[in-house]
Amino acid sequence: MKKPQNSNQTTPPSAFSAEIEIAKIEHPLIEAGRMFVRNVSAVVGFLMLIAIIILTLVVPHFYSVDPFDMVWRPLSPPGTETVLFGTDYLGRDILAGIIHGGRATLAVGGSAALLTVVIGISVGSLAGYYGGWVDEILMRVTEFFQVLPTLLFAMVIVALFRPSVVTVAVSIGVVSWTAVARLTRSEFLRIRSLDYVRASRSIGSRNARIIWMVILPNAMPPLVVQSALTVGIAILFEAGLSFLGLSDPNVMSWGFMIGSSRDYLMDAWWTVTIPGIFIFLTVLSVSLIGDGLNDATNPKLRDR
Amino acid sequence: MLSFLIFAVQRLFNAIGLLLAVVVLNFLLIQMAPGSIVDTIAGEMGGISQELMDKIRADYGLDKPVHEQLWLYISNILHGNLGYSYFYDVPVIELIWEALPQTLLLVITSLSLALVIGTICGVIAARRPNGKFSYFITVLALVGFSAPVFWTGFMLLIVFASLIPIFPPAGIVLPSLQPGTLEYVLDILHHMVLPVVSLSLIYLAFYSRLARASMLDVLGSDYIRTARAKGLSNLVVTYKHALRNALIPIVTIAGLQFAQIFSGAVLVEAVFTWPGLGTVALESILRRDGPTILGVLLLSSMVVVVFNLLTDLTYSLLDPRIRVGAKS
Repeated sequence: MKKPQNSNQTTPPSAFSAEIEIAKIEHPLIEAGRMFVRNVSAVVGFLMLIAIIILTLVVPHFYSVDPFDMVWRPLSPPGTETVLFGTDYLGRDILAGIIHGGRATLAVGGSAALLTVVIGISVGSLAGYYGGWVDEILMRVTEFFQVLPTLLFAMVIVALFRPSVVTVAVSIGVVSWTAVARLTRSEFLRIRSLDYVRASRSIGSRNARIIWMVILPNAMPPLVVQSALTVGIAILFEAGLSFLGLSDPNVMSWGFMIGSSRDYLMDAWWTVTIPGIFIFLTVLSVSLIGDGLNDATNPKLRDR
Repeated sequence: MLSFLIFAVQRLFNAIGLLLAVVVLNFLLIQMAPGSIVDTIAGEMGGISQELMDKIRADYGLDKPVHEQLWLYISNILHGNLGYSYFYDVPVIELIWEALPQTLLLVITSLSLALVIGTICGVIAARRPNGKFSYFITVLALVGFSAPVFWTGFMLLIVFASLIPIFPPAGIVLPSLQPGTLEYVLDILHHMVLPVVSLSLIYLAFYSRLARASMLDVLGSDYIRTARAKGLSNLVVTYKHALRNALIPIVTIAGLQFAQIFSGAVLVEAVFTWPGLGTVALESILRRDGPTILGVLLLSSMVVVVFNLLTDLTYSLLDPRIRVGAKS
């Protein structure tokens, strides 16, 4: 805020300045995209995420070692013969685990985040739009879910209904939507009294149309940022649950690799370290993207 | 003072409502779970007759209608009866009572450390919003958020318990030491270092970033400009005028995060085999010990509710604006 943001502000004021400014106004999405691309760390995060997605979705077709197969002497260090990342205590190829396990981590993290955002936006928009007793009830429910220790609650759900990819994703979604709901609600509260919403109502738009077509698109920028954060949290959550042994035992995942190798930590650092690095990089890439989106959509914060 | 009392009563009722909801949720989870206590007992005994099954069902009140069962469950909890642990073979409440202090020790130490150091870092960073230290804080916050807490714990173990063995790798205290002695306390502190560091690192990063943003926000406001215009020194303005108000959002969020830090504690306890609630919860889940895991969930939610209530109350004493806001 202290420094001029746009180059057109540095041009000396003249009779034509108003005209110049009008000429420079772009579609906000394009402007946000430009800000995002100019942000080095956001682009690095984006490329990193693309690389990880390729690694887990495309590479398995070329590197077909089964992550559950014993391929080499147990606890071989990285770089031994054919095993680039070494093997774990059962002689399983860690590289194969990384490549195949990433798919579960990304799939569960992604779908859990999607569920989180869907529940959060639905609850938050209804509460913020209708207000009154609807708001009162929904906010009580939100408060209630904020009190539950999320991981413990997810552990209970997963344990009661047998661990599988679906139960893990659902349990993560069910416990972590509160932040999105609160944010959506506050955005709806702000936007619902703006003129264009009133205008839409005055021409007889239905409530559903106002919520989905009028308010929601305008509430999107902070929600997109929060969603990126949600993806990171969901991936960490999935990793935590599978580290504790509460994931589908027939599906390889990064957290599971760490959990199953923990007893060999002191003799074979790579069995625990390497999967962790990949979880870290994945979450880091998503957070960098989130930060970049935040800067791009929220010009007020650019100085901070 | 009256407004504080009204506020306190309001919050108290709210907390009681939340607790009741937690109890009902726990009850519903028991009802929803496939397989009942009877099946578990029958399984352990290797198959039993129908009469015996009916008897067990009657003993546990499972033959009554659902609302009566719920009432029985609530009155049991009010009497401190959280059920009986199959695996540990003791009442659940005893189990939790033994584990809770260790978890609280871990959680409260980590949270306070993170709050204090994080706030200090944030305040320093806010003095030069575009300086090197600010940049460092931003990077630290990103790393702290992105690294899985259990992995950080393992990395600390590799470095400080294996490569440079200066900290114990597991447990809370050497079994040979007598409780109450100075060595005993020092040994607990020694065991605490690595778990506390890995747990507080995430929150340290988070709070330093929050404190920085909050300080910058306050430093830009009019009354700070007034204070500066009066000729007050930079030090007084920063620490006396600005910090007080900048602390408000930090404390609010710290209160809200208490439930989350419990989750982190479960993972950290698993890494360092710390004998707390998380270890009990994990054991009971792996052994399908239903009453214990539900007891842990119930009790930890209660701790969170009580903690939130206390934050709210202390807080409204410090900042009268919150009471006014709650009434409107």
